[in-house]
Amino acid sequence: MTSMVTRAVGAPVARLEGPAKVSGAARYAAEYPQDHLAYGWIVPSPVARGRLDAVLIDPAEEDVLAVLWYGNAPELAKSDDPELAVLQSDEIRYRGQPLALVIATSLEAARRAAQAVQLEIAEEDHDVELRADHPDRYTPETVVPDVPAESSTGDVEAALTSAPVTIDVTYETPPLHNSPMEPHATIARWDDQDLILYDSNQHPSGIADTVGAIFGLPAGRVHVVTEHVGGGFGSKGTARPNAVLAALGARVTGRPVEVVLPRQAMFSIVGHRAPTLQRIRVGATEDGILTAIDHQTCTQSSRLLEFVESASVVTRDVYPVPNLRTGHSVVRLDVPTPRWMRAPGEAPGMVGLECALDELAVELGLDPVELRIRNSPANPRYVECLRSGAARFGWSERDPRPGQRLEGEWRLGTGMAGATYPASAMPSTARVRALGAGEYEVAIAAADLGTGARTILAQIAADELGVPIDKVHIRIGDSTLPQASVAGGSSGSASWGWAVTGACRELRAADGSSDEATFDTTELVQQQKENRHASGAHFAEVRVSTVTGEIRVSRLFGMYDGGRILNPRTARSQFLGGMIMGMGMALHEESVLDPAQGTWVNHDLAEYHIPTHADVEWIDAAWLDQPEDDLNPMGSKGIGEIGIVGSPAAILNAVWHATGIRIRTLPARLDKILTATP
Amino acid sequence: MKTFDYRTATGLADGLEPGAVFLAGGTNLVDLMKLGIATPDVLVDVSRLPLREITDLPRGGMRIGSAVRNSDLAADHRVRTAYPVLSQALLAGASGQLRNMATTGGNLLQRTRCRYFMDATMPCNKHLPGSGCPARDGDHRNLAILGGSEACIATHPSDMAVALAALDAVVQVDGPTGQRSIPVTDLYRLPGDTPERDTVLEHGELITAVDLPELPVAARSTYRKARDRASYAFAVGSVAAALDVEDGLVREVRLAFGAVAPKPWRAFAAEEALRGRPATRERFAAAADAELRHATPLRDNAYKIALIRNLTVSVLASLVPSTEPAAQGPAAQGPAAQGPAAQGPATQGPAESATEEETR
Repeated sequence: MTSMVTRAVGAPVARLEGPAKVSGAARYAAEYPQDHLAYGWIVPSPVARGRLDAVLIDPAEEDVLAVLWYGNAPELAKSDDPELAVLQSDEIRYRGQPLALVIATSLEAARRAAQAVQLEIAEEDHDVELRADHPDRYTPETVVPDVPAESSTGDVEAALTSAPVTIDVTYETPPLHNSPMEPHATIARWDDQDLILYDSNQHPSGIADTVGAIFGLPAGRVHVVTEHVGGGFGSKGTARPNAVLAALGARVTGRPVEVVLPRQAMFSIVGHRAPTLQRIRVGATEDGILTAIDHQTCTQSSRLLEFVESASVVTRDVYPVPNLRTGHSVVRLDVPTPRWMRAPGEAPGMVGLECALDELAVELGLDPVELRIRNSPANPRYVECLRSGAARFGWSERDPRPGQRLEGEWRLGTGMAGATYPASAMPSTARVRALGAGEYEVAIAAADLGTGARTILAQIAADELGVPIDKVHIRIGDSTLPQASVAGGSSGSASWGWAVTGACRELRAADGSSDEATFDTTELVQQQKENRHASGAHFAEVRVSTVTGEIRVSRLFGMYDGGRILNPRTARSQFLGGMIMGMGMALHEESVLDPAQGTWVNHDLAEYHIPTHADVEWIDAAWLDQPEDDLNPMGSKGIGEIGIVGSPAAILNAVWHATGIRIRTLPARLDKILTATP
Repeated sequence: MKTFDYRTATGLADGLEPGAVFLAGGTNLVDLMKLGIATPDVLVDVSRLPLREITDLPRGGMRIGSAVRNSDLAADHRVRTAYPVLSQALLAGASGQLRNMATTGGNLLQRTRCRYFMDATMPCNKHLPGSGCPARDGDHRNLAILGGSEACIATHPSDMAVALAALDAVVQVDGPTGQRSIPVTDLYRLPGDTPERDTVLEHGELITAVDLPELPVAARSTYRKARDRASYAFAVGSVAAALDVEDGLVREVRLAFGAVAPKPWRAFAAEEALRGRPATRERFAAAADAELRHATPLRDNAYKIALIRNLTVSVLASLVPSTEPAAQGPAAQGPAAQGPAAQGPATQGPAESATEEETR
């Protein structure tokens, strides 16, 4: 028999770290044993705006090592992110802002003392309420990630005026919080002048740069260890205050200091998806060809930093429209700074666009799948997702009229929406070493958030080196390894896989003359094709109780083009996870603002609802699995975020089909059904 | 969390020093301690007292020891057959893990999940008397429409207590001044000017048991809970009901509402409006209206009126035996409901969903 190496890429390889995780052997940031570990507990601001005059603590509090606040904290170097300037100023910019850090010899003592701290605050009036007519609203220059806030082609007003069919609707998405299972956590330790951070994040190389700069250290003197991460969803993409506070505390006390955010703090200091008020106007011919779209988003940011959720940007790319205008306005409020949350921009933006298109389809009397196909002449993969997804879901049996299906007390309906997400890569470097005996070590400072990144890199390396996957040893999650880009923007596998591929190919090309190769993709990445996308289509079936107004999703299906699927097992998990998060966006998630108190009042996972297992009745995903050869050596497109893009709209459109009720303010909940008139 | 002492109760006569509280399953109290809402000096653990039996009462009915776990009570065969509403209410609450820890007495004495109460940095007349109630102008979507006051509109979160209120359950209490019996419907106080006190219990009084009277109508009973997600969510409205219909007329009925008031809300007025009357959807709706007439909704919780009304009609209709002509009567929906509610088979729904939850 001839021996044969089966290709690892494309195989449903189980996550390499799975056994370590289920047996408890895998270590998360706060689980690294330290001698003389001290514990930091944050004292959050109870007001949204004001000045901190003093922090007083009962000297009788036991086991307290230090109480740091701006009156005594060491001075830090300036950072690009003003939220990292912790304990540096008496200014209070949002409720929940860290005003002090209590460090004690036990977690219990730190928490007890922090709850007993007396704050002397001169409170000022605050404003936390986003309104479309807010007098301070302005147009920013750019929106995230870094694109112009406005765009305009053709004559939108004229086209809308002359269009035979038009839609003019406003969709509102609430503030949302990404609250991963593992909260933000850091253990910081100073070894002489070097800083060691065990930190839960999505970007060890970036954390080393950022925190190093704040403490006046080159990145090489900061060692970030991020072996395992219990989810991030964007909230761990950059250094958060916990990392800086732990490092400060360790410097002052001379001990390793751990700062783990309690769940409540996850709803203030680590960011949120900003609320959006989206007005969207659409014009079309009677045949359903789009002639004009105007998509305007109003959103909020903090006093500290301009971060603008780019909800209108997605509309620039999905459908070719001759007259297109998109824009954003922002109001700076006394709130925490918004941050990245899974598919920033695309997720809320496709609620507005894809729900408006559903309304247009109804107005036209045209099937919503057909409407999208007619407007995608140059996007064959998207069309294939629409057609194939519709066939698999059983879309053709649908009666387009709303409110026609009744089973017992439940009204049934189906809805669909398109999906899109940019396919891109960022510069990264990987190193591969031959260890002898046919074994290899692959090293890159990537972070695996539980998605299977580590496993996929092993698969890629195994194929490139021509060895079975168990001969490849992956080292990631450590900033001292060759630098890697952030695990964000659905770019991790493309970016890191590219670097790993390059390193493996160089090693093989050396043909034994070297036992190590390092490959930097910076130049290649700069030449990558722009404006490329993964795409997909979501289909939902919901039932709505005529008694209670409760909405349940009985079926949710996604059909995707993600280029080559590197690992169908972990890919499926990514797709389904995104779709379930989309279900949460449509039906459950909302950070409820109390304008008078200046903060969100539901800040734990009992009151901030995400879907439970019981909410997910039937869910499935499928994909085209066609490599996109000119993107990167693997032919892959990122798939971490596309599941949440469009799935909320599919569910909302299905709610309309079931009931005749358009819910345009998310989330769709029973009270909105009960008080609506179809 | 404030530092505290801990001791195990050895007998019912132990008493309770000032600053001490009883600890049973701890599923609510420990959370409140971590959040700084509850700051007891001493925890007296009563979970090892001999209060874990479910026994038959000599004159009919049954006695549930206060330390009986929610999961054990829900699974009890006598409960499932003679008082199915109680089993269903228990299974509609919390999660499997919590039900395995939570006790009968502790469930009754759990505190509101009003978001202001649960945050020590917020004003709240319940956790800091006199500090004000931000909920009236702020977040009150899931707060009281019945029984609230200017000082407090918190709702009681228990599902189990709603069933017990419908079943005329009686709480047995032992304390420094001796034993006494309190109907569940009288256990809770309305907030008035002193919302810090949830119940009529005095310091040191311990619930030892909950008695269920013999109640033939309860054999035909059910609980239905509406919530914002399919599992692990507090009710936004719930109805516990028992119904006996003969010759198209209501012979006996028990009805209680959840998530609408500071206490499980026994709907006495609705029951009165139904006894001896035709068991029709119109009458069920009118009975709900009789009870909800006094509701004082705020900006964001008026939907509860329609919700409770619809739930009442649906639940009572589901309890009319299919042999009764009234069960097939025409839909009678108020303005808030949409379309022909619950036209399907009258028995579908609540009982099945409770079983489903249990097996998940």
